[in-house]
Amino acid sequence: MQQANHKKNKPELTVQQKINRRNFISFTTFFVVGGALFGSWKWLYNAPEETPGITAGASKPLRRALNKTELFFRRIFSNNHPVKTYPKRMAAKRVRVNGDIGIDDKGFNPQGWQLAVIKSPKETLQLSLDELRALPKSELIFDFKCVVGWDQIQHWAGVKFSDFITHYGLQDQARMQYVGMATPNEEYYVGLDMASALHPQTLLAYEMNEQPLRPEHGAPLRLIIPVKYGIKNLKRIGTISFSNERPPDYWAEQGYDYYSGL
Amino acid sequence: MRWTHWINFPVLALMIWSGLLIYWANDVYTITLGGRTLIRFFPEWFYQLLHVPHRLAEGMAFHFLLMWFFMLNGFLYVLYTIFSGAWRQLLPNRHSFKEAWLVLLHDLHIRKTIPPQNKYNAAQRIAYTAIIIMGIGSVATGLAIYKPAQLYWLCWLCGGYHFARILHFALTIGYVLFFVIHVVQVILAGWNNFRSVVSGFEVEERSFDHLKTDDHATGKP
Repeated sequence: MQQANHKKNKPELTVQQKINRRNFISFTTFFVVGGALFGSWKWLYNAPEETPGITAGASKPLRRALNKTELFFRRIFSNNHPVKTYPKRMAAKRVRVNGDIGIDDKGFNPQGWQLAVIKSPKETLQLSLDELRALPKSELIFDFKCVVGWDQIQHWAGVKFSDFITHYGLQDQARMQYVGMATPNEEYYVGLDMASALHPQTLLAYEMNEQPLRPEHGAPLRLIIPVKYGIKNLKRIGTISFSNERPPDYWAEQGYDYYSGL
Repeated sequence: MRWTHWINFPVLALMIWSGLLIYWANDVYTITLGGRTLIRFFPEWFYQLLHVPHRLAEGMAFHFLLMWFFMLNGFLYVLYTIFSGAWRQLLPNRHSFKEAWLVLLHDLHIRKTIPPQNKYNAAQRIAYTAIIIMGIGSVATGLAIYKPAQLYWLCWLCGGYHFARILHFALTIGYVLFFVIHVVQVILAGWNNFRSVVSGFEVEERSFDHLKTDDHATGKP
């Protein structure tokens, strides 16, 4: 109150001037900071697109942000975080088919199919479906999540990717940072960080609802990786490769996050 | 408080905008009563007006960048209210809910008298506390649908993936409604009040023509 009394005694003009000055300073700051924020937004919004490479289609700063955010969320990734599983009766009978990129060629012959596992530039493993079927079978009934927002409880079965690695002695390859998978015609391809690929619920699936896969669901063998959005769940796997660099990824070239982890 | 308020406004607006780009890709929510769809989120003209369609990847990239700013800003605001003691004027007390009703009646011109007010009246206390809870709710439900596998416990807390997405959406609608009421109240409260949220002081007319500056005295929104 001391201060207020003091002010009261001052000539009216001074107080008015004080008010004006404080107003001026505050509003100038307000508009300058506001302008700067608006300018930064303009810069971000109009930032040039990244140079097309393994990723493409996003602006440079947004791609940097996606990659930084990936590093943060990779820290909380754990094999001990299984996705929720459901009882069999909850699994959808009509399983949603969302796309046929990479599996729309007419002449594909499932009988002639073999999985190519590229162990090194010189050594490729050719595997038939029967060989994979001979490995321990794992079932998974989980909520499949599409990047656009829909989800569906689905029932899949196949061999765990981690079991597959152990069985074929691919431990050295699994020490690399990434797995790449592509359809036989190489029109659809995904890159996966090794931790996600080795997650105990990642399957090389050959059955859906206890029946062999149908063509539109990726027969004869597809990837089911519940810690990723549907865009990473490649249908009709033709080749599997390993790398310390990010393998090409179809949707990461269209502006989507490379990681796309859940 | 002023800083975080004015930073929150554009950040939240852009969060809502980028959220809309994402929502468009699977725009399934409607309000249906007795088999009749009353509101469909959102009509086609609305999307066209805002150039929403086919921008999912861009929307996600913006959303997951801006979320950091939204969280940081909200966190700073809460810290500020705790350390400055402002929370005492903001948290509802045991009279607030009864008084808020009287404030509402007064504001709607149904009642002439208004309960005694401090810096914030009871309705404001509830509203400004609720908006913070909503903010926390948006972050929680957002993270729940963003990382439902790694943050499974959060997803479970938010009622599962589906329900969390609905909550996340509903909270956003809540912000828009809050914004409309907030702006109307600000206009009604007048220039002096608005100025105080920018400059941090309000001019109070005393007896005769003496003026005094005071730090953020009584005021509405």
